[in-house]
Amino acid sequence: MPYSPILVRPMREELVSAGVQELLTPEDVDAFMAETQGTAMLVFNSVCGCAAGMARPAVRLALENGKTPDRVVSVFAGQDVEATAKARSYFPDIPPSSPSIAFFKDGELVYFLPRHRIESRDAQAVAGDLVQVFDEHCA
Amino acid sequence: MERTFPGHGHKSPLHGITVVVDTTGEEVWVGRCDDEDGERVVLLDADSHRDGEDGKSKADWLAGASRYGVWSRHPRVVIPRGRVAAIRPLAELA
Repeated sequence: MPYSPILVRPMREELVSAGVQELLTPEDVDAFMAETQGTAMLVFNSVCGCAAGMARPAVRLALENGKTPDRVVSVFAGQDVEATAKARSYFPDIPPSSPSIAFFKDGELVYFLPRHRIESRDAQAVAGDLVQVFDEHCA
Repeated sequence: MERTFPGHGHKSPLHGITVVVDTTGEEVWVGRCDDEDGERVVLLDADSHRDGEDGKSKADWLAGASRYGVWSRHPRVVIPRGRVAAIRPLAELA
């Protein structure tokens, strides 16, 4: 049962305004995953105030880093249900959680930040984790 | 039907946090804490492990859980407080 689109819109725009592209359909996800060259980050956005309220600012902060992924996209868990399920199908061994963040290099999942590593931390700490990944893998 | 945002002010400080609930017995649970008080701990989207099951100790299983989380094998579980030996955030194991 999704939340009202009006209530969720600011949570979408918080990422979109930082340059994150929303994947709204399974076809969008397949197209994103089909492009395997370079680095890419996939954010599982969420309405959860406890964790997502830190995840979105963390993504925005991390994207201010000198090195950033070639592509940054998001799906909205609980809202864009089919797109989210399709995205999760690409790493079936990892339990679903949202918010969470996946990082790919040349099509391979090289880093995954699950929800429980976002909870109870501030945005700067979470952004610090992402920046470490960017600095290691991004050009 | 669309939802509106619920208030969480009446819940435990652990509300929304993924926690490890070790019991006084062989079971250990991991799940998202919905609420806890002197009577019980309520977990959502939880999974559990019995010490020695599949050749894994509680610590072995928790090491895996701390990496990526757990599968939601129990949508909601209520653990009586008397059976709780310890409760702490899963992130503390990372």
